[in-house]
Amino acid sequence: MDAPVSKKKLGLKDRYTAMTRGLGWDTTYQPMDKVFPYDKYEGIKIHDWDKWEDPFRLTMDAYWKYQGEKEKKLYAVIEAFAQNNGQLGVSDARYINALKLFIQGVVPLEYYAHRGFAHAGRHFTGPGARVAAQMQSIDELRHFQTETHALSHYNKYFNGMHNSSHWFDRVWFLSVPKSFFEDALTAGPFEFLTAVSFSFEYVLTNLLFVPFMSGAAHNGDLSTVTFGFSAQSDESRHMTLGIECIKFMLEQDPANVPIVQGWIDKWFWRGYRVLTLVAMMQDYMLPKRVMSWKEAWEMYAEENGGALFRDLARYGIREPLGWKMACEGKDHISHQAWNIFYNYTAAATFHTWVPKEEEMQWLSEKYPDTFDKYYRPRLEHYREQQQAGKRFYNNTLPMLCTTCQIPMGFTEPGDATKICYRESEHEGEKYHFCSDGCKDIFDHEPEKYIQAWLPVQQIYQGNCFKPDVDPTAEGFDPLLAVLDWYQMEVGRDNFEFEGSEDQKNFAAWRGEPLPASASAAASAQGDQS
Amino acid sequence: MSKVFIAFQDNEESRPVIEAILADNPEATAVHSPGLVKIDAPGRMVIRRATIEELVGRPFDLQQIQVNLVTLSGNVDEDDDELSLSWLG
Repeated sequence: MDAPVSKKKLGLKDRYTAMTRGLGWDTTYQPMDKVFPYDKYEGIKIHDWDKWEDPFRLTMDAYWKYQGEKEKKLYAVIEAFAQNNGQLGVSDARYINALKLFIQGVVPLEYYAHRGFAHAGRHFTGPGARVAAQMQSIDELRHFQTETHALSHYNKYFNGMHNSSHWFDRVWFLSVPKSFFEDALTAGPFEFLTAVSFSFEYVLTNLLFVPFMSGAAHNGDLSTVTFGFSAQSDESRHMTLGIECIKFMLEQDPANVPIVQGWIDKWFWRGYRVLTLVAMMQDYMLPKRVMSWKEAWEMYAEENGGALFRDLARYGIREPLGWKMACEGKDHISHQAWNIFYNYTAAATFHTWVPKEEEMQWLSEKYPDTFDKYYRPRLEHYREQQQAGKRFYNNTLPMLCTTCQIPMGFTEPGDATKICYRESEHEGEKYHFCSDGCKDIFDHEPEKYIQAWLPVQQIYQGNCFKPDVDPTAEGFDPLLAVLDWYQMEVGRDNFEFEGSEDQKNFAAWRGEPLPASASAAASAQGDQS
Repeated sequence: MSKVFIAFQDNEESRPVIEAILADNPEATAVHSPGLVKIDAPGRMVIRRATIEELVGRPFDLQQIQVNLVTLSGNVDEDDDELSLSWLG
C-alpha cells in the first residue's frame, strides 16, 4: 500500500494564478497583430500583461458556484412573488412606470454590455483581462435574462411593457441610453473598459442599483429589489475590475495617462447624462421615497467618486472635466427631466403625472434651494390645467443634443432660468448641444457623432413612418403615424396617469374605489387625444 | 480621509458578516435602508474570515460574501483570510 501523500491545498492567490495563466494564445502561422487587431490601435501601451490581476481572484469554478447560488435565491423570490400576486402589493400603480422605464431603457443595456465584453474578451492579448471580460460578459447576459424574466410578470398586468425591444431601437427617449452603449461598443477595447467598467460601473451604477432598488423594497416590490441586488452584487466585482483596469493602464506606461484622462472626461459626462433618467425615477416615480437624487448623488458620486479621484491623483489623474457642473446639476436634473417627460407623454411609452401635494412638500424639503423657486410653480400650473380638463401636451418636437440626444431642457450653470445651448460647426453643418460637456465630446470626435441617429431629425426626414404611409394624404397626422411606427398602443401605453387603464385596473384588482380625479381626467384626456 | 464602504442585502446570511466587520473595525458604522445595510469606515476596512467563523461556528469561505454583496468602494485586496478595502488619498 502506498504511503498517503498529503496534498497541500493551494491558497487563493496561487489558485487564481493556476486557473488563469497559460490561457493566452500565441499565434504561430499568423502575426499576433493580425489576429488581435484592436489592442494596440488606441495607442495604449502594455508592456506586461501578467501585471493584470483580478482583485477578487475569482476563478471559473468559484464563479459558477456563487452565481448558481445567486440564481437559486433570485428565482425563489420571483416565484414566490408571482404565486402571491405580488404586483397587487406595490405602493401605487404609478410605481409601475419606473419598471416600464427599466425594461425599456436599462435592460437592453445589459445585453449591449454582454456583447461589448464578449468582444473585448476576444481582443485582449492578456489572459487575465480576457478571463475577466468573459466572466463579465456572462454576468451581463444573466442580468438581461433575470431582469426580463422578473419584469415579465408585470407585463401580464400592466401596459407599456409588451414591446420593449422594438421600442429600444425606435422610441425617441430610448435613443439616449442606446446611443451611450453604441458609442462605447464602437470604441476600442480599452476605451470600452473605461466607459463601462470604470465610468459606468464604478461611479454610476451605484446610483441606479442601490438607492433605486432600496426604493423598490420600500414600495413593496420584492421581485425588483432582488433582481436589482443580485445584479448589483456582480456590479461590485465589475467596479473593482474597473478600478483595476484603470490602474493597470496607468501603471503600464506614462504615455497612457493623457489618453485615459480624455476617456474619463468623456465617459463620466456621457454616463452622467444617461443617469438623468434615474434621477427622475427616484424623485418622481417612487411613490414611497427612500432618498432624493441629490442625497444619492452626494453619497455615491461626490463621496465615493471623490474618494476614487483622490486615490488616482498619484497617477496624475484629476477629476473629470464636467465634475463641478454635474455636482451643481444635482439640484436640478430630476425636475427638468420630469418636465420634459410630462410635456411629451403623448409620445412616451409610460405615464406621467403631477406629484401630489405631500410629494411636492417632500421635494421642497429635499431641494430647499431650487424646488419651490423654479419647479413647484410650473407643476402647480400643470395641475390647475389638468384639473380644468386641459392637461398640457406639447405637440411640437424638441431640439435634441447631438451627443447625449436628450431634448435641450437643461439650464446654464449658475442660472436655472436660462436653457443652455451650445453649437459647433462641422463641414458647413451646425450641431447643437445641451452643455459644454456634450459639445467638448463632439468637438473631439466630430466624425463619429455626425453619424448619430437623432430621433427628431429622423422623424422630420420622414424615416419614422411605416412604409405604406403617405404624408401628403389629407388629414395626415404625423404624430399618430410615428406612434404607429413605434407600435405603441395609443391611449393605453401613453398619456397622463390619472384616468389611465393601469390606474383603473389596479384599483379594481385591489377592490378600491377609483379616485374622483381619475374619471374627470379620463374624459379630459379623450378631448386631447 | 476618504471613506470606504461595503453594503449587503439585509438578511440572515449577511448578519454575521456585518457583525464581524463592526467588531474588527471600531470606526465602522452601519446604516440600514430598506433591504440593505451599508457600512462606512474612514480610509480602510477589513473583513476577517476568522471572526466570521467564530460567530457562525463553522468554516466560512470569504468568497461567499459575493452572494449577498450589494456594493463596495475602495481598492480591494483579498486572500483566503481577509478582504480589505482601502483608499490611499
